[in-house]
Amino acid sequence: MQSLASYTPAFLKELYRKMVLIRRFEERAAELRSLGYIPGFLHPYIGQEAVAVGACAALGPHDYITSTHRGHGHILARGGDPRYMYAELFARRDGYNRAKGGSLHIANIELGIIGANGIVGGGIPIAVGAGLALKQARQIAVHHPDDPRARRADGVAVTFFGDGASNQGAFHESLNLAALWRLPVIFICENNLYGEFTPQHKHQTIRDIATRASSYAVPGLIADGNDVLDVYRVVSKAAEEARKGHGPTLVECKTYRHRGHYEGDMGQYRPAEEVAFWLEADPIKNYRRLLLAGAICTEEELQALDEAVEQELEEAVAFAKASPHPAPEEALEDVFVESYGGRALL
Amino acid sequence: MTATSRAEKERRLTYAQAIREALAEEMERDPSLLLLGEDIGEPGGVFGVTQGLLQRFGEERVLDTPISEEAVIGAALGAALLGVPTVAEIMFSDFATLAMDQIVNQAAKFRYMTGGRTSAPLVIRMVTGTAGATAAQHSQSLEAWFTATPGLKVVTASTPADAKGLLKSAIRDPDPVLFFEHKLLYNSRGAVPADDYCIPLGEGRVAREGSDVTLVAYLYMLPRALKAAEMLAREGISVEVWDPRTLVPFDRDGLRRSLEKTGRLVIAQEAPRRNGFCAEIAAIAAEEFFPLLKAPIKRVCGTNTPMPYAPELEQFVIPDEERIAAGVREVLYNAVRAAPGG
Repeated sequence: MQSLASYTPAFLKELYRKMVLIRRFEERAAELRSLGYIPGFLHPYIGQEAVAVGACAALGPHDYITSTHRGHGHILARGGDPRYMYAELFARRDGYNRAKGGSLHIANIELGIIGANGIVGGGIPIAVGAGLALKQARQIAVHHPDDPRARRADGVAVTFFGDGASNQGAFHESLNLAALWRLPVIFICENNLYGEFTPQHKHQTIRDIATRASSYAVPGLIADGNDVLDVYRVVSKAAEEARKGHGPTLVECKTYRHRGHYEGDMGQYRPAEEVAFWLEADPIKNYRRLLLAGAICTEEELQALDEAVEQELEEAVAFAKASPHPAPEEALEDVFVESYGGRALL
Repeated sequence: MTATSRAEKERRLTYAQAIREALAEEMERDPSLLLLGEDIGEPGGVFGVTQGLLQRFGEERVLDTPISEEAVIGAALGAALLGVPTVAEIMFSDFATLAMDQIVNQAAKFRYMTGGRTSAPLVIRMVTGTAGATAAQHSQSLEAWFTATPGLKVVTASTPADAKGLLKSAIRDPDPVLFFEHKLLYNSRGAVPADDYCIPLGEGRVAREGSDVTLVAYLYMLPRALKAAEMLAREGISVEVWDPRTLVPFDRDGLRRSLEKTGRLVIAQEAPRRNGFCAEIAAIAAEEFFPLLKAPIKRVCGTNTPMPYAPELEQFVIPDEERIAAGVREVLYNAVRAAPGG
């Protein structure tokens, strides 16, 4: 745990609020799914909130993220609106993706969210491309300062992925490419100890995925993924290097998912003592204690934050429930920008 | 028009030069356009298509990449999603297999999955077909894999003039476009206008007028179809050769107009017969233009085999002008069987 002295109370409280927002968003989503409101998959982020919140706290308005199948936490941390997220999960027209994507594909480029992704590792090369665009923005800023793309000249791209994805070729190809071109990309591996149902020791021979950075001559850092301030500190450092033009960093965040791989998976392949250990290391519970111990907040203030989150989510659920279903023929829209009078659809 | 510009208008370029000219013109036009690919920079590409572009536009814009197709296509897509148009080269379209997630799961579907709220102005140049004895992993014609994937536009340029005009349209298109270039066409020459012209996607072209049979052909089958038409003309058969130029979008009206004239349809294709795009064209004609047809449709295709190495085996596999001509005669006289595999 970190010293709190170097942070403002408002910043520290916002980290707490964001983590609670994610936790409660996910718990409610699971419940709403069991009630039949959500037709598709859910991969709950519960337990890993400190990673998304700590990392996104280090980002600015011109930064971009790519996310994963377990993406709700990243999207909320990056400023996603729970109303449009629930509407998307409910497959309603007001969803971020107008009911075409669902949980696995929520995106909003304006918010810097290039998307959750249904393919393990699929977002990593895309973040490298975002890094390429951001590097180009530095040139644009020099030669064409009035071009709107010049504004993102200090931007970085963050790609979140898991321990499982670190075995994909996409990860290795992308880290090599980003290192070679010194792109402003931060590779954040959330090592939650399981690739789907398979424990880490059965899917790779290393314990510290950060060591893979050495193959590409980039820094490999390890953060306590259940400590939001540690994640913030490490990712801030990586972002600072990237913004200076020093290229990518691989950040491994050690964490754990409290639930199964997806909603409905009971996760019985995990030893009870392991689960108990990590439940004790709950990032929200411990951070709450820290805020109280450091006299940043009172119990009443924290309760007020919790209640505000409940209120926000209550309204978000009501918004999603009221949102219309898409008309069936909307299935034919959005394949192309330019469909040549519909001929491109035929 | 001045005498000079008229002379320029009549100049003849190779297909490779025409592609290079399209790339250079579009890079001039949009200073943010990036090129990515293996060996496209200093070496100028395995087939020389990008020669001189690195020297002209610099290494910030002509990006030689590692041999990492998945990362390269993903990077091109990521940049495109942020509003930076990109042209990535797949040195041999066979290697697209290594980038299938980024092409099929990501690029093709990004706009749709996001409810129309994103756009990816990305072109993937797919170097396709045989180059002669290039065997099973450097010769495939995989266009039908991608026409079967909604969200991708698929262009097949068969002449230098079309290559320039279609590539410029593809680059300006806000959607992902796969641009198939045939290796054996790179050195073919043709008149290429010097001006800044685009050929819209979705408009086929009558490559030779005729009245007895419509012969559909694209990429390297086009010059072979034209040779077959020439041979058949000496037998008194008038063949209309029609090049769709783009497979997605496909110019149904163009096909219909030709069938209204001829009432007979032969389709030539280098790719294996099974599930090839020729099957789609045949199905369109059978479903929608059946009343226009006076004879059964004939496909003249590659065999359902991997591409062999030996020249005599390769020649057996890919339709030549003789086999295409035999297909036309079969449709006209319904008597002579086409050669094996045809």
